[in-house]
Amino acid sequence: MLDWQPLILTFQLAFITTLILLFVAIPLAYWLVHTHSRMKPIIETLVSMPLVLPPTVLGFYFLLAFSPNNAFGAWLDDWLGVRLVFSFTGLVLASVLYSLPFMVHPIQAGLAALPKSLSEAAYLMGKSKLTTLRAVQLPNIRPALITGMVLSFAHTVGEFGVVLMIGGNIPGKTKVASIAIYDEVEALNYGAANVYSLILFALSFCILLLVYMVNGNYFSGNRQL
Amino acid sequence: MILLNLQKRLQSAAGEMLLEVNCEIEAGQFVTLYGVSGVGKTSTLRMLAGLMQADSGSIQVDGKTWLDSSKKINIPPQERGIAYVFQDYALFPNMSVRQNLAFALPKNQDKRIISELIDLMELGALQNRKPATLSGGQQQRVALARALVQSPRILLLDEPLAALDRKIRLKLQDYLLQVHRQFQLTTILISHDIGEISKLSDRVLVLEAGKIIKDGIPAEIFINKPLSGKFQFIGEVLHIEVQEVIFIVTVLIQNTLVKVVAQADEVENLAIGDKVVVASKAFNPILYKV
Repeated sequence: MLDWQPLILTFQLAFITTLILLFVAIPLAYWLVHTHSRMKPIIETLVSMPLVLPPTVLGFYFLLAFSPNNAFGAWLDDWLGVRLVFSFTGLVLASVLYSLPFMVHPIQAGLAALPKSLSEAAYLMGKSKLTTLRAVQLPNIRPALITGMVLSFAHTVGEFGVVLMIGGNIPGKTKVASIAIYDEVEALNYGAANVYSLILFALSFCILLLVYMVNGNYFSGNRQL
Repeated sequence: MILLNLQKRLQSAAGEMLLEVNCEIEAGQFVTLYGVSGVGKTSTLRMLAGLMQADSGSIQVDGKTWLDSSKKINIPPQERGIAYVFQDYALFPNMSVRQNLAFALPKNQDKRIISELIDLMELGALQNRKPATLSGGQQQRVALARALVQSPRILLLDEPLAALDRKIRLKLQDYLLQVHRQFQLTTILISHDIGEISKLSDRVLVLEAGKIIKDGIPAEIFINKPLSGKFQFIGEVLHIEVQEVIFIVTVLIQNTLVKVVAQADEVENLAIGDKVVVASKAFNPILYKV
């Protein structure tokens, strides 16, 4: 009988990560589009780092930073009572950073591509920047928001290196599907590994297919050829 | 009354340019900014609206200071109460025509103005459509209606009719004139169309390389020679044909075609598309009752 726990955990992690990312990425992308700060290229680089860095590097530094043996980890443990290494909370935090570019980039591109006159028209109607973002800018970049959400979700599902470094392999807490596959192969249990793999393969395929179909306007009937 | 005194360094195609605008605009006037591209017309409107920051200068409207760089006063666009019709109309694609108008309604204002403007602009049949499904002329009417929902004192129009064909343009000019009078607006228009300017505006400011070089009523600005006759129209040359020793020039005035007989020396400097004044001196028009 297949243990569904790793799959459930994977989707819990991906769902929570995506939700948090949405709230983090919108202000960050908005700032990146509108700022004239000299810090902009540095922040942009940092956001993009997870694209090129081996996940193990990210995981390794998380492990160091969050370890209760180090100053920051000890402070978290003492003052907030959270231990981020080998816990689900730690996994969520690491996943948020690891998938950050997948949410920030589409939203940033979407906001930058909107004609400036739309937000200017709203300002001249007396609307605040927040109202303009909520009522004008975000509703008009819906494809970018959907792309960001789906890609972040899919990318978190596909996580391995970061999870292995910081989460370990604790059933029901940090043992996600990708780890479970590795585990089953190590135990020469190819059947179970195959089932997990097949499910992940099929789901990832469906999710990405959905993104391409939404962005290609296959659903609205006015597809541009 | 609007008092403008603005300086701004701009990067134009011809290099750096200093925009220096200094003028007074009386309440209720219909003023047009005229000039070739890149002389600072749009920048002037944007600075008045607060969408662009002047390097230095001041703006005073009805005795209130909107901008004074020496005192570091700069009122944000949200508090200026200006209605602005953008060149690309800037209709919100996610909202229907009626929702676009409703979004522009200031807080605690009477909602009846929305329906009134939908009727005035003949948008009733379109009110639940999204902007993307409308033609250019229809979008323009929505943009104008949406600007008026704010009950503004000042209306800024950045080449609002440039992208439309002649017939719709003429109709919309009538709308503009009607709302300018009915809502007692101070209107500032950017336009390249001399016919349009002559029809709409009380006053023209001609900009060149960032400075106002001419200021007057349209007839003074566009007709260089003083004429004694009052019978004159501005039109566009559509066709020039030779007939024996004379020339027949076809001129489009508003939407009427007029054929004018011309001498060789008159035609010499004319090309198709030129703006001309058709005038008659010492001439007695005949009036028929219809």
